[in-house]
Amino acid sequence: MTRETYINAALSLLLVLVPFWAWSTGQAYILTLCTKVAILALAGVGLNIALGLGGLVSFGHAAFFGIGGYAMGILASHAQTFDPIMDWPILIEGTKSMPMIWLVAMLASALAALLIGALSLRTSGVYFIMITLAFAQMLYYFTIGWPAYGGEDGLSIYVRNSFPGLNTLVPVQFLILSYVILGLALLFSARLARAPFGLALSAARQNADRVETVGIAPYRLRLVAFVISGAITGLAGALFADLNRFISPTMFSWHTSGEIMIFVILGGVGRLYGPVAGAALFILLEHLLGGVSDYWKIFLGALLLAVVLFARGGLIGTLAGREVAHG
Amino acid sequence: MAEPLLQTRGITKSFGALKASDAISLDLHPGEIHALIGPNGAGKSTLIKQIAGNMTPDSGTVHFLGQDVTALDTVARARLGLGRTFQISALAMDFTVLQNAVLGALGARSGVMRFFLPVMKDRALLARAHEALERVGLQDHAATRTAELSHGQRRQLEVAVALTLKPKAFLMDEPMAGLGAGGSKRLTGFLDGLRAEAPILLVEHDMDAVFALADRISVLVYGQVIATGTADEIRANPDVRRAYLGEEDAP
Repeated sequence: MTRETYINAALSLLLVLVPFWAWSTGQAYILTLCTKVAILALAGVGLNIALGLGGLVSFGHAAFFGIGGYAMGILASHAQTFDPIMDWPILIEGTKSMPMIWLVAMLASALAALLIGALSLRTSGVYFIMITLAFAQMLYYFTIGWPAYGGEDGLSIYVRNSFPGLNTLVPVQFLILSYVILGLALLFSARLARAPFGLALSAARQNADRVETVGIAPYRLRLVAFVISGAITGLAGALFADLNRFISPTMFSWHTSGEIMIFVILGGVGRLYGPVAGAALFILLEHLLGGVSDYWKIFLGALLLAVVLFARGGLIGTLAGREVAHG
Repeated sequence: MAEPLLQTRGITKSFGALKASDAISLDLHPGEIHALIGPNGAGKSTLIKQIAGNMTPDSGTVHFLGQDVTALDTVARARLGLGRTFQISALAMDFTVLQNAVLGALGARSGVMRFFLPVMKDRALLARAHEALERVGLQDHAATRTAELSHGQRRQLEVAVALTLKPKAFLMDEPMAGLGAGGSKRLTGFLDGLRAEAPILLVEHDMDAVFALADRISVLVYGQVIATGTADEIRANPDVRRAYLGEEDAP
């Protein structure tokens, strides 16, 4: 067991104890905050596969977050008005079933990541950042001008979608659902990092020449990583939409891309629990400082600056020290 | 003589008015070490890049294993069995030595798109990686972080990674660069035995190593091969003496 493993375990414990305490004392608001942390962390886990493992600085992950959100919004809004999405050539109806929505959200974001990645991964550095940003902004402006689903005002879904056997409107049940999904995503992410694919992707981040010389094409690795990354962030978008029972173009905006990136950087780029620590810290700051001042983001900015300048490994990196190579 | 494994035919590459490669024809036969020498700026790196696939020649072709590979990229040429080492170590510095070697073994085997089983527990890959590390004498450093290796050890690891690929031919760009006398001698002994496994096209500045090892030597000056022959022939060649050996070699 490395030090990082203990820190991860402690963080997990804390993330379980806080909602447990909130639940036993009946503070539904804290439960919702914890759910939000889990969902945002999930978005960060997605980005961390591209950014941390693959070194792909995507400033456009809001695209996938938004697509996940709109997948939920579109399916649920048609279900609540009993108006099919299309009836020709085949009948497609809306749905209020979470598993179905998640599947559609992940497939749609994976497809979008495939298209965006195929084009943007031909560039690198600043160009990659700008192209991913441009794609997300395109979708942002598209949804603003898309009146069918609320346009600029967004769209409310009145009843949270359903999951077999659960009452998702009970905060603690939706919280557990979100936690389980985050847990599964972390498990997947940990396995991915240690698998042949993870080794090759990480090597491509460190030295692309090396990977080419052993006969592996970095482009393919990066594209697959980008697709997986987009699908996970898309799933987070669907859950986030369900948490708020509301979707809006803001999900696509560059602020969202920036926030997801901030979770990863605050927590620790490339660290398994980095996005979890980052999202938790972000929400905590928003909650604590947001009450003190409307300009709390100034403090967030200062903190981010401090992390980037003095603690490159983020919260996890500072606590756990240098990453131990997986042997 | 047997059919050459690796062959360039009339490779030409210009950068503006500068002809970095001027109709270069070289070949590499099974079992030999063919050394490529030349003063700085002679176009050795440009030539290596065209053979490895990083750069496409303006004209001329590269043949490998009897196949025209001019249009193939680095990845495809590596998959065919061209094992390359770099002048400046190209290694994954955050990885352990063993992980770098496993990466090589992984490249040699297909199936990089596996997402679940831990790669560092794959016995076949580990066996191949350990074997290569042992051959270059890095077995005691398997768990060392690559960034912490000495310069000489990194050169050894470069060779080890190439070995895991079990290539059909080696393309080595100054493997001795920066090695001490001891390390250079050791590597010379190792390459001497390696030629039986796969021939080596060796670009090298270390003249002792080149004359000790090479079956044939080609001399590149201003993008042109001015002579090819055995060590004795090259030593005796007046053009070479004038263009290269007589001059003080830049370090």
